[in-house]
Amino acid sequence: MAAPPSAYKDRHFLAVIGDEDSCTGLLLAGIGHVTQPPDAQKNFLVVDDKTETSTIEQAFDNFTQKRKDIAILLINQHIAEKIRSRVDTYTEAFPAVLEIPSKDHPYDPEKDSVLRRVRRLFGE
Amino acid sequence: MSGAGDREAVFPTRQSLGLMKTKLKGAETGHSLLKRKSEALTKRFREITRRIDEAKRKMGRVMQIAAFSLAEVTYAVGGDIGYQIQESAKQARFRIRTKQENVSGVFLPQFESYTTEGNNDFGLTGLGKGGQQVQRCRETYARAVETLVELASLQTAFVILDEVIKVVNRRVNAIEHVIIPRTENTIKYINSELDELDREEFYRLKKVKNNKQRDNEAKEQAAASKRRGSDKENTADDPGATDILGEQEDQDVIF
Repeated sequence: MAAPPSAYKDRHFLAVIGDEDSCTGLLLAGIGHVTQPPDAQKNFLVVDDKTETSTIEQAFDNFTQKRKDIAILLINQHIAEKIRSRVDTYTEAFPAVLEIPSKDHPYDPEKDSVLRRVRRLFGE
Repeated sequence: MSGAGDREAVFPTRQSLGLMKTKLKGAETGHSLLKRKSEALTKRFREITRRIDEAKRKMGRVMQIAAFSLAEVTYAVGGDIGYQIQESAKQARFRIRTKQENVSGVFLPQFESYTTEGNNDFGLTGLGKGGQQVQRCRETYARAVETLVELASLQTAFVILDEVIKVVNRRVNAIEHVIIPRTENTIKYINSELDELDREEFYRLKKVKNNKQRDNEAKEQAAASKRRGSDKENTADDPGATDILGEQEDQDVIF
């Protein structure tokens, strides 16, 4: 049934997995947060061509499962495409995973995991 | 509905019949309530899916504008500011608050964005040149993030509602196709057993009555025949008991 309030009460931040431009823009908006040292953790991951898929997966798992203070995870669609199986199997309500377009990759509704679920539910 | 197959293991008594009837009534009430709940949720669900579709498209446009304004910044500043910004991000200014909305007993969380005042990690960004563009870009991205937050709450509501609707529909179907037929079967079974008992009882009473009647008749007959027998004796004796004061002359008494 519905999630208990404890599941989302302490979730205050957004997290980003994106290319440099998306991250820069979103950080400019003021979503960047670094936890207190000693274990300083950023809530964003900048992905470029050289970033390993395993790093992205690790960050995805970290943001979705380990950290309890993230309410929304934004991920660039072309990066979500790299870890598509992870994103598709992720069905939790918290944090919400949102696929966003990037500058170089226009948004394609056909690839979005949630929109595909919407389509499937309505039998299209 | 299978005939005698699926029923609950109860003894066919009047008490359990009453229990089963209450249960059936409860199941029917519950069924109609759950059905209505499911309909309300589905209505809400459809509305949300429609809004998600719209919001996703809107997001595409908004992000495009935001990306363009970032390109403006890069042009105006005359270099890449990405590294500087990533390093100077310390405290989130833009944060999320969660509220709850109650839709027919289901709590849907709603994200709400708010900005904390007073801390600004990027005070010096674009100090040299392009400060105006940086400012504009921040505003554009802040608006974009607001759209994203809105979309995220829709999406969370979608995920939760999807799950809840599945659960509710499963319950509705379970009540409709399992519990109600089974209870009806049980009631039918108890009724038939009770009827059977009734018939048996009736037959038994009839038999007892017949037996009693027969016995009574036999007794009466016996009594009647006995009476008749004694009557005969009486009639045989009777001539001796004539009227002594009658016309008959008394015989002479000889001493």
